[in-house]
Amino acid sequence: MGRAPALTSAVQGQPGSCSKTPSQYKNEKVQFPGPKEPQDVPPPLRLASFPRVPEFTCQVPGCCQVFAALEDYQHHYNMLHGNACSLCSRAFPSGHLLDAHILEWHDSLFQILAERQDMYQCLIEGCPEKFKTSRDRKDHMVRFHLYPADFRFDKPKTSRGPATRGSDADLSTAALGDEGDAMEVCSEPAAAPPAPRTYIHRVPSTICFGQGASRGFKSTQKRNKHH
Amino acid sequence: MWTRQPRRPGLMACGVEELRRRRREREAALRKARREQQLVSKRLLREDDPEEAGGESSAAVLGEAEVQEFLRLAQRGTEEKEREKALVNLRRGLQHPETQQIFIRLEGSMRTLVGLLTSNRALLQLEAARCLHELSHSEQSVVAEACLPATSYLLTYLSGHSSDFIELCLYTLGNLIVESEVVRQQLLPQGIVSALVACIQSPHVAVLEALGYALSQLLQAKEAPEKIIPSILDSLLPQHMLRLMQPGPKLNPGVAVEFAWCLHYIICSQVNNALLITHGALSTLGLLLLDLAGAVQRTEEAGLELLACPVLRCLSNLLTDVAVEAVGGQMQLKDERILAALFILFQFFLQKQPSLLPEGLWLLNNLTASSPTLCTSLLSLDLIEPLLQLLPLSNVVSVLVLTVLCNVAEKGPAYCRQLWPGPLLPCLLNTLALSDTEVVGQSLELLQLLFLYRPEAVQAFLQQSGLQALERHQEEVQLQDRVHALQQIALRG
Repeated sequence: MGRAPALTSAVQGQPGSCSKTPSQYKNEKVQFPGPKEPQDVPPPLRLASFPRVPEFTCQVPGCCQVFAALEDYQHHYNMLHGNACSLCSRAFPSGHLLDAHILEWHDSLFQILAERQDMYQCLIEGCPEKFKTSRDRKDHMVRFHLYPADFRFDKPKTSRGPATRGSDADLSTAALGDEGDAMEVCSEPAAAPPAPRTYIHRVPSTICFGQGASRGFKSTQKRNKHH
Repeated sequence: MWTRQPRRPGLMACGVEELRRRRREREAALRKARREQQLVSKRLLREDDPEEAGGESSAAVLGEAEVQEFLRLAQRGTEEKEREKALVNLRRGLQHPETQQIFIRLEGSMRTLVGLLTSNRALLQLEAARCLHELSHSEQSVVAEACLPATSYLLTYLSGHSSDFIELCLYTLGNLIVESEVVRQQLLPQGIVSALVACIQSPHVAVLEALGYALSQLLQAKEAPEKIIPSILDSLLPQHMLRLMQPGPKLNPGVAVEFAWCLHYIICSQVNNALLITHGALSTLGLLLLDLAGAVQRTEEAGLELLACPVLRCLSNLLTDVAVEAVGGQMQLKDERILAALFILFQFFLQKQPSLLPEGLWLLNNLTASSPTLCTSLLSLDLIEPLLQLLPLSNVVSVLVLTVLCNVAEKGPAYCRQLWPGPLLPCLLNTLALSDTEVVGQSLELLQLLFLYRPEAVQAFLQQSGLQALERHQEEVQLQDRVHALQQIALRG
């Protein structure tokens, strides 16, 4: 079978965060879109009145990331707050993994049942297997589903509190760096995020679990670059 | 929470659709090339940065030290912007095959990249995914295989909510699937099928198009009939695919095209076409054909014509499948509007896409071969003459037209009564004057049927110098027997 030459289908867009000010665009030529060759797509039109927003921070309490473009915030919100656990502020890439987490980490009934029957469900959607312990489940996922042994969204429950950057026994090499536990957000526990789903575990924003966070109204946005 | 923001806030509103349309046209051209030459294509999503406004990528090949430095900065930099910039630079460098080779040979590089892909910084995740995407585009399977540690995460992210990110992951997976059987062997146990089932329920058109791409690559793998298609048929994917091909106001042509091709690959594998029938494939495809005819009649430039080829092929192949016949699949396509739709499409093909005429006629052949009802409809809708008008176009078309007419004629005397008197005989005498053996051979078959069920036609044949027309071919080895048989009948008559 022959191989086609590399196909370039250029989709133009803004880079992650745009640091140019509007005035730098004024003198650039405006080209009308029109391909020179089929693969060519011209650079984006630069208009002087370019809709931009001043830098802003994420509105989820406890999250201190700063953005200069709405797209970036959209991505950030979806990835880190879309499926977040209100009890320990861990974020998950999907509702399915969040459900598994809440069940296994925060549901005392689950713990009781787990003593008597296989409760740890395989994390692959569509695989019906259940296991006695999370270790057994991990073995299954590694051997049967060829998942990595250090899969980031299947950490065993540890006794430490949320978001402490202590060592996580499952991080096997230092090459993973200071990422800590995957998808941790910030040091203050989050209140119920403004997500569409409702769980009995969602905590009303008036209740604090005593993790020491101040819940006052912040008048100055501290730019916390720690993370 | 947010409606989908346009990718380029500064561009004119038509820009997005224009690009999509152009991309679709490129892909149509590629598919054509693929059909004709069995080429395999990958997709590349690449966002142009302002710094690359010069057109050609201005990124240079990176050396080992630079790759290491960028990775180190991305992972351990203290400033957010610094980390992003490092990854952006790495990504640009990875556009070059040399940099890709350097990257994969560097110890710990993929591990670091995967760490960034799963980090808590959304923008780093995105850039890391873009780096992977560049790697996926390599034509060397060793580079694709170096991406194996990332696949479980790419699959996990398909169930997420960020549609841009999902789109990127899907195109990356699709490229990796094309490149390496080892990758495919890992993706299946990792649950790619259930990940795709979760993802195909997304309402985002871009995600669905990307999914169609990834799925079509999976289905074209050489081991697909044994190892991949059975799992796909076991899942909810076929039902979702057919749902996305339902004609109506919600039909998106770009999405439907992708899944029509996917359906085509599944049908060609012949793993379990009867199952597709139970999911309503025949009726969906039939309705889609009617919709297409309606659209071309209204001369809409809706991109629907790209659907014509896969829909025709799907229908034709389904009709030939023995298992389908066993469940009476043929019976579902008795609607004579299908014939009218086909002939409307023939007119359109004549103008715009002549290469599709044989495909349409092939479907007509399969429809008429075992259906007396449709043969009757062909006659009652007066479609014989339009059919005959297609004869002079090419030898391939002639053979198909004559075969369809044979299908009608062999149904018996009542049918042949409608074929003669009429324009058929003069046309046959014209085709007998040609030299192509297949065309002449098929003409002889048709004459035999006509003389059998309509002996009165023999006289007319003789009066129009039929015998002389036959004599031309009596030395031709492949035609001799039939010529002699016809000469006998004619002389007796």
